[in-house]
Amino acid sequence: MKNVSTAIWTRLADVVGLVATPLVPSHYIALVSPLAATHTRNARVEAALDETADARTLTLRPGRGWRTHRAGQHVRIGLAIDGRIATRTYSISSAPERDDGRITITVKAQGRASRALVRDVTVGSYMSIGLPEGDFVLPDAVPMKLGFVTAGSGITPVMCMLRSMVARGEQRDIVHVHFAKHAGDVIFGDELRALATQYPSYRLAIVHTQDDTRRLCRERFDELVPDWRERETWACGPQSVLDTLASCFAQAERAHALHVERFTAALAPMPAGADGGGNVRFATSNVVRRSDGRTPLLRIAEAAGVNAPHGCRMGICHTCDATLVAGCVRDLRTGGRIDQAGTRIQVCVCAAAGDVELAL
Amino acid sequence: MSHQYPVALDDAAIEEFGRELDAIQAEVKASLGARDRKYIKRMIKIQRSLAFGGRMMIFASLPLMPAFPVFLGVIGAGTAALGLSKILENMEIGHNVLHAQWDWMQDPEIHSSTWEWDTVCPADQWKHSHNVVHHTWTNVLGRDRDVGYEILRVNEVQPWRPGHLAQPFYAALLAVLFQWGIALHDIDIVALQRREITLRDVKGQLAGIGRKARKQLLKDYVLWPLLAGPWFLTVVLANAAANLMRNLWSYAIIFCGHFPDGVHVFTEAQVAGETRGRWYLRQVLGSCNISGGPLFHILSGNLSHQIEHHLFPDMPSNRYPEVAPRVQALCERYGIPYNRGSFARQLGTTLRTILRLALPTRNKALPA
Repeated sequence: MKNVSTAIWTRLADVVGLVATPLVPSHYIALVSPLAATHTRNARVEAALDETADARTLTLRPGRGWRTHRAGQHVRIGLAIDGRIATRTYSISSAPERDDGRITITVKAQGRASRALVRDVTVGSYMSIGLPEGDFVLPDAVPMKLGFVTAGSGITPVMCMLRSMVARGEQRDIVHVHFAKHAGDVIFGDELRALATQYPSYRLAIVHTQDDTRRLCRERFDELVPDWRERETWACGPQSVLDTLASCFAQAERAHALHVERFTAALAPMPAGADGGGNVRFATSNVVRRSDGRTPLLRIAEAAGVNAPHGCRMGICHTCDATLVAGCVRDLRTGGRIDQAGTRIQVCVCAAAGDVELAL
Repeated sequence: MSHQYPVALDDAAIEEFGRELDAIQAEVKASLGARDRKYIKRMIKIQRSLAFGGRMMIFASLPLMPAFPVFLGVIGAGTAALGLSKILENMEIGHNVLHAQWDWMQDPEIHSSTWEWDTVCPADQWKHSHNVVHHTWTNVLGRDRDVGYEILRVNEVQPWRPGHLAQPFYAALLAVLFQWGIALHDIDIVALQRREITLRDVKGQLAGIGRKARKQLLKDYVLWPLLAGPWFLTVVLANAAANLMRNLWSYAIIFCGHFPDGVHVFTEAQVAGETRGRWYLRQVLGSCNISGGPLFHILSGNLSHQIEHHLFPDMPSNRYPEVAPRVQALCERYGIPYNRGSFARQLGTTLRTILRLALPTRNKALPA
């Protein structure tokens, strides 16, 4: 009976919602209260706090439909920069136990979008926000002995884990190695040092890479964390650090005990000599063809029997627009390059610049 | 001189003209930014506020019926606000978003691939009939269905048929029911008449129109009136008036785009193997601008800059006013006619043509 009445109410709500067709009532609600929208999810910037010279913590209040994250997860943020929406992923730095409906992200100004978040975002402004994602998380049953290896802004998901353990009163044997340029560049430096003072079971080693330029290798890792083989380890930092750790854990046949989170560069650099073309992969059709770098992608798709919609074939009608999954294309009209994954490109006037993957 | 266009320019000059237009487009494209985003966001906000505010005013007027003049004033203002919101929604927002003018923002909420507009014509069918057919084949006889919309004789090169005697009536009927004409526009009626295709071939399109129309009708003529209870019919009338207002206005503006005196039409032979430069030239020769103030341009969806819109269909419309003087100066320099006139002149000559060509006037020879 309950199912039937729910179904009737849902149907009724759909019909009443037609008063806003072709929109939904949420579009009008969002005019007054962006956080109450249901057709999209926004977050309001509630506070901004500078952590270091180039890192800032933003306190966000996500709108309706938000679900609490697990310690270590990240979230997608969409921000308008020069009129264009840039979507980037940031780890949540506040503990899931925080119960005032707010979260924090801590951003280091290292790319276009991050710079805008650190320098230009004002308290009271809105941005679009996704749901928490990612499997770089602390398990519900926290292991007795843990290792954390972090570098630069890689501290953010681990800070979330530490705060969560403090909030839950879970004291564990932890060794935490953190790499930062110098003492003034340690994000959450004061909080980490305070934790180390308060909890003897939390041992913190901060390496200042400006003074100590030795790269992380097997011997150095042994020196920093002698008993790493007994610890389940979470690591977040640059590729080189993660690669070293992965080989250590693989050699010790403990690959399962290492969890890593990478932050890749937002924009892939143009491969050298890519103007000579490359392989074009049509993901939906699962077809790969070679491109000479001059032929429009639409013609390559058609020659390969890929079902690509098209219209004017001259770049005016946008019927053929397709999503760029990966790689770089060149707009044959302007010579301009487009390499941001997720962009919709006009395949009738774009050619491959290097290997390309399209959602066609 | 190998081209077939009514201008005294050689091929090289036409291509040079095209390159200069390319440069204007590239310049505008490179300068798009926060200011443009603010414009369209604000336009959408104004439009949605007008729509909601208009409907609320219509409701607010209902208990005032005993004070009849006050009632008329309030319901009139509410209906006008609703009609205005539909005009903005269809023209300055919908038409232009569906042209992918705002896709550069990468905003999933304002994108040609997901946008649906407040009219019975489904967005996907419009993007074919308008963006593909009309904008690619502008004013090419037998190709561009917008030349008289397959029922009107709007150019002397079109042969007269006895059916054209009734075209003043058809034209008036189309004005009143304009959104329905647009909804059926993607259906190839000529091919149906010639039995090249059957009703089964257009079943999918008709179903799409049906689904969209059902929702649109339900909204304006059932759901909102039901909320008014005993004043059901009053709200039906007010909503119908708002839709009529939008139909008449969009009809008037759109008929000024390609039918006023001095516009050129083309044959398929003329455009065979057309270069980019010549395509640009055809857009200028086949389109007409309307002069007016900033508010007029916005209410016309900037289709008062029809020439610039046809040259750069995916350029954000708020930029047409700034490129129009540059395009006009360029045309003057190349000796290319640039058809711009007052609203009265463009609409007047259009209506006169519809009346005059209803009669069997002498058929002008097709352009060579």
